[in-house]
Amino acid sequence: MAEISPTLLRETLSQYAPQGRTALLPALHAVQTIYGYLPETVATEVGKALGVPLADVHGVIKFYNLFYPEPVGKTVVQVCTDPACALAGGDEVLQAVRQHLGVDHEKATAGDYTVLRSTCLGLCEHAPALLVGQTAIGRAQASQAAELCQGHGYRPQGLVYGEQRRLTVNCGKGRATSLAEYETSGGYRGLRRALEISSSALIAEVKASGLVGRGGAAFPTGVKWEGAAQAPGEARYMICNADESEPGTFKDRVMLEEDPHRLLEGLVIAAYAIGAAKGYIYLRGEYPQAHKSLNAAILEARKAGYIGENILGTGFNFEIDLRLGAGAYICGEETALFEAIEGKRGYPRLKPPFPTTYGLFGQPTAINNVETLCNVPFIIEYGAAAYRQLGTEKSPGTKLFCLSGDVTRPGLYETPFGVSLRHLLDDLAGGVRDGRKLQAILFGGAAGAFATPDQLDSEMSFEGLRATGLPLGSGVVLVIDETRDLRQVLLGLGRFFSHESCGKCFPCQIGTRRQLEILERIAVGKTLPGDAQRIFDVGLTMTDASLCGLGQTAASAVLSALRIWPEIFN
Amino acid sequence: MSDEITLTIDDQTVTVPAGTTILQAARSVDIHIPSICFHEATTPLGVCRTCVVEVQGMRTLAASCVTQVAQGMVVNTHSERVIRSRRTILEMLNSTVDLSEATEILDMIKDDAADLERFPGAERRAIPILDDNPMYIRDYTKCILCWRCVQVCANDAQYVFALNFSGRGFGTHIATFYDRPMPTTTCVFCGQCVGVCPTGALKTKREWLLEKGLIPEGSEA
Repeated sequence: MAEISPTLLRETLSQYAPQGRTALLPALHAVQTIYGYLPETVATEVGKALGVPLADVHGVIKFYNLFYPEPVGKTVVQVCTDPACALAGGDEVLQAVRQHLGVDHEKATAGDYTVLRSTCLGLCEHAPALLVGQTAIGRAQASQAAELCQGHGYRPQGLVYGEQRRLTVNCGKGRATSLAEYETSGGYRGLRRALEISSSALIAEVKASGLVGRGGAAFPTGVKWEGAAQAPGEARYMICNADESEPGTFKDRVMLEEDPHRLLEGLVIAAYAIGAAKGYIYLRGEYPQAHKSLNAAILEARKAGYIGENILGTGFNFEIDLRLGAGAYICGEETALFEAIEGKRGYPRLKPPFPTTYGLFGQPTAINNVETLCNVPFIIEYGAAAYRQLGTEKSPGTKLFCLSGDVTRPGLYETPFGVSLRHLLDDLAGGVRDGRKLQAILFGGAAGAFATPDQLDSEMSFEGLRATGLPLGSGVVLVIDETRDLRQVLLGLGRFFSHESCGKCFPCQIGTRRQLEILERIAVGKTLPGDAQRIFDVGLTMTDASLCGLGQTAASAVLSALRIWPEIFN
Repeated sequence: MSDEITLTIDDQTVTVPAGTTILQAARSVDIHIPSICFHEATTPLGVCRTCVVEVQGMRTLAASCVTQVAQGMVVNTHSERVIRSRRTILEMLNSTVDLSEATEILDMIKDDAADLERFPGAERRAIPILDDNPMYIRDYTKCILCWRCVQVCANDAQYVFALNFSGRGFGTHIATFYDRPMPTTTCVFCGQCVGVCPTGALKTKREWLLEKGLIPEGSEA
């Protein structure tokens, strides 16, 4: 370990100390940037400075993938091998990089490099993808291993398509929209209008718009805000869930990288609606570009008087704290996300009580997904009736879909709710790549379900998909062509959930591992008698008895495969 | 809201005060719901999920130790879904952990006719015994992660915070700060953790030595 002066460590920690435990993740990030990893002596100082018991500090370090208690190389290379990247050769890229650097699964570090197999990096439209330090690289090839390790390769550019684009009008440039550009295109007019009306009128407008959450649960946004606004408490918090980690999902990343002010405007409007003076954006640690772009946008917005004290001279105060996650899918679960902000292991809480009454720090809290909040400025600027002009009666507005896998034009697609899956896939995205036939679609995410070619006429709306039995989830449409071995896709999903289970409740903690073991046997054609029934019982038990949404959906895709293709489980 | 709640558990009408959990309500009329992690002395967390019941109208099963009763609730404590979940959890637990000294869990396995060989070839938790202090040993191959030791070491009793979790998912285990030996932590050797451990993962050193025949019965350790 490099010798670093104790003064530098103390100076760094003194910035975080007054906040106490809630600053644990930011403090660990900061000192890890100095030391490269988190040695015991440094962790001790962090615990002392913040007043956190040492065993708890260690517990937090060991929960999050991106905290390293052991030395790592100067450059950490994270190669994605989740669904879209796996289809595009992510495992071959990982092998090539490991071979080039002389490391393997057991010994991940050699010289200046540490190589890690990563869960979905949210760069699915550029698959196969990797992060070299803080640099994202897409369309990687195994033959380029040497260049990749130097951080050279294809830089992901915005691939944004669709029709009747509302949320993504400023996206597709491959760079962030500046405040001036955002204002020129009508930006922050929604906020100006919001501040002129009462918070109850604001909530009524959002309710009338029919906006529901885009993170996967589809909860009515106006109802959530009303709950948080009316609940008694000493303080209220408005949170943006930007911990986008669902495999196959990259919509929030594109919005944050290319149009961060739209999110900020939505967040400030929401804070005004519920009466929050403090807000957090919890961004996943694997999104360095979005982190940069959001940080810059927050500075711009603060300078322009859209964030901070006395916003636009109205007397309304709202501060935003941008928090960086550290590698844990579970923290996308809202209560686990609160725990992370509070400086704890990202364990989901029991519900009830729900966040609107007992959320962050035990206070009334509203938490919304990035895409959800990006809908808000339009609703407030133009009104609910105008918002409803697109979409269906029960699913108003537009939706962002993440197309990846074996599709001709992978990318982010915005369309009004109600188009058919066929229209999205064939007319807009050019159909299955290389003229191949469609075998299946992983629909809604790893926690989603498989769709088959006979479901292509499904209407892409909440009610339409409910009728078909498909979960919209986070808008994932991951295309799998006829040549693919579905058993390999299932194995990847099994590996993902086994890696990301938090371990709090028994069904998911053990079930995700038992599910993976059976999927490993299935993948190599060495099943044991009774494996189909075994994986069915494990799956139903996780679905029925797990404590939170992760465990309850960890078998969702596997169970759907078991229904559609029972033969591959024997 | 009335202070008395009337609900139905297994076709039996039960009236209890508001705020009662389903588990307490069932016990008040001698309906037995098995459970593992629940303990009178610790904050109920609902992690083992073996006390799940089926509540009419709920999408998933409910952990009865942490779910409060509601007016008109209809509860089934041994529906097909309940039995499948509890049996599978017990079978998975047995495939992972050494339950040889967990007598209550062994009884549950018998009651639910759980198959001890359900998961052939499954990875087990294999952690060497930690014998790092004169008071107690830690054998985490027997640990089911019920949280009780961490709870009593922290806000539920002692406030010494010597123990927490390490790892995640299947790899979760109980650990001290950077796996330090217990005497170099904040542990005050109060013995509360040993007292609440349901599986023999935590055991006094004396009991452990006696079992191994390393000290004769009745001698001073």
